[in-house]
Amino acid sequence: MSVLLGRKTRVIVQGMGREGTFHATRMRDYGTQVVGGVVPGSGGTKREGFPVFDTVAEAVDATDANASIIFVPAPGSMDAMLEALDAQLGLVVTITEGTPVHDMLRVASVLARSATTLIGPNCPGAITPGECKIGIMPAENFSPGPVGFVSRSGTLTYEIAHLLTEADLGQSTCLGIGGDPVIGLPTPDAVRLLNEDPATAVIVIVGEIGGSAEEHAAEYMRAYGNKPAVGFIAGRSAPPGKRMGHAGAIVSGNQGTAESKVKAFEAAGIPVANAPSEIPGLVKEALRG
Amino acid sequence: MKLHEYQAKQLLTRAGIPIPEGRLATTPEEAEAAARAIGGIVAVKAQVHAGGRGKAGGIKIAKTPNEARDHASAILHMRIKGLRVRKVYVERAAQIARELYLGITLDRDRRRPVVMLSTVGGMDIEEVASSSPEKIARGWPDPLVGLLPFEARALCFDAGVPAEQRNAVVDVAQRLYRVYASTDAMLVEINPLFIQTDGTVIAGDAKLDIDDNALFRQPELRDWKEISPDEESEERARALGFSYVQLDGDVGIIGNGAGLVMGTLDAVRNAGGHAANFLDVGGGAKESVVRSALEIVLANPKVKSVLINIFGGITRGDEVAKGILDVISTHPPRAPLVIRLSGTEAEAGRKLLEGAPLVSRATMDEAAAEAVRLAK
Repeated sequence: MSVLLGRKTRVIVQGMGREGTFHATRMRDYGTQVVGGVVPGSGGTKREGFPVFDTVAEAVDATDANASIIFVPAPGSMDAMLEALDAQLGLVVTITEGTPVHDMLRVASVLARSATTLIGPNCPGAITPGECKIGIMPAENFSPGPVGFVSRSGTLTYEIAHLLTEADLGQSTCLGIGGDPVIGLPTPDAVRLLNEDPATAVIVIVGEIGGSAEEHAAEYMRAYGNKPAVGFIAGRSAPPGKRMGHAGAIVSGNQGTAESKVKAFEAAGIPVANAPSEIPGLVKEALRG
Repeated sequence: MKLHEYQAKQLLTRAGIPIPEGRLATTPEEAEAAARAIGGIVAVKAQVHAGGRGKAGGIKIAKTPNEARDHASAILHMRIKGLRVRKVYVERAAQIARELYLGITLDRDRRRPVVMLSTVGGMDIEEVASSSPEKIARGWPDPLVGLLPFEARALCFDAGVPAEQRNAVVDVAQRLYRVYASTDAMLVEINPLFIQTDGTVIAGDAKLDIDDNALFRQPELRDWKEISPDEESEERARALGFSYVQLDGDVGIIGNGAGLVMGTLDAVRNAGGHAANFLDVGGGAKESVVRSALEIVLANPKVKSVLINIFGGITRGDEVAKGILDVISTHPPRAPLVIRLSGTEAEAGRKLLEGAPLVSRATMDEAAAEAVRLAK
């Protein structure tokens, strides 16, 4: 097992609608232990062979689940996250897009008093290739190996994983942490996990404009980094004041610019790729030391 | 979603925060009548979603109703930062002794709301924030309990609010926090918060920006939404579930996923070109999705080529390719298309595109270079 998820992870799916059920089967096909689903009011039924429970607590009692993936639509997503935190699961991944910021502030406040790791919302999830996938990423782009990978993007993550895999650079764990302004596992925390992970030899940090998470991750690596890292920032050409799709991807004033992030990476000795296609080359160089 | 000052003040007064008496006007005559009803000296203020109204001449003081009419007539013909002024707010002029700043927004790093209070308020607060941040007192309330009295008092002590106004400012801060929480605000600001010559505290201006993701539970505010002409295509795209931002260049961009589209914009820039837009179609990329996306991008007359960059995930590359082929056979686009497929079944997709009247490239960099070349 690399970080957060592996062969022993037992996952329940909160929200077994069309999306949730579809991805539950895809995760099972990948080898993830998907042990059940939660749909209030449908307890006792089965979907695609998965036992369904009314509450997370019941599901955990019956299945010994230690992780959850949430597909509950935005209006109910805070409730679903708080239910998962209440059940003291080790890992919760929220795929849901569009959770209100004030709901995430409340979740973050509970999370600060909890031992659970929350990834997301509005994210592709996490994967330890060859062992466990808790997310919606197309798994064929990922392969096992020594590259730890954290990204605020969705499809860009798949793209870069694809490039790494093509270049024979497998991944230890990929963490797609989401692009919202308030998320459960911010870039610096994700980088810390990968830095402390013995299975990770090099860290790829994919950031976006907006916020200062990349700057803090760079500071962390400068102070505590025990392995090389490679960076990439999406949105270098974005004009200020315009929100680039992700609610978090906005440059306001001199905050959150690509320049500031690139500068922080470079000051920490982290080479920055100009395009995703440059990442595999930089990773190879980093591994050669 | 930004609210106008008069709308924000409506919410403030509902929450019990003192505001000057004021009325909305859409014609000079209405402004005159409003000034007469209010009596005395009034301010005539442009209601427009742009910062720096005052500096742009969008706020004028009127001593008489006639003067209010003349000011309204001038302001109602103005454009501020490109936006036409359609409404003015006529408001009793405050008796100003001092100006404070009070605002609440999101601190992303701390994942907490941040309440900011300063005795150096007014138009230059942004300048103060960058040059002497220590002059702004900050507090980070727990969203589960809201802004507590001791936290608001601490802000007053830190900021140096005069003792006579401390209780009133604490009260306004707590009420403003309730507005922030109950309206799902991204930002709420009273700048300036006036201390008047009689010692009372009153909100001089109000700014409120609502989280778009929360509009589903803010029906009243949703109804207040106004779409300016230059936001129309962005709104149309939003209705289709897309995220669209118009830019200045000539290479139209369509992609799936915010990060990938941002990366594509960057690739176009790296290739020496300029993107005409940001368009994220979201997760899937079916035929109907590609068609609507192309329509939106090509509605911009500046677009000379279109780069479609799709990562096949759940939607397979061959299905995306079929969708694109369908679109160009039924609705031939007016500008050349460059397609870049990657991910699941990308190879099969590229095979399908062979021989079609479009350019297909295997990598993002190659596709961007080609789209830039075709736009020249």
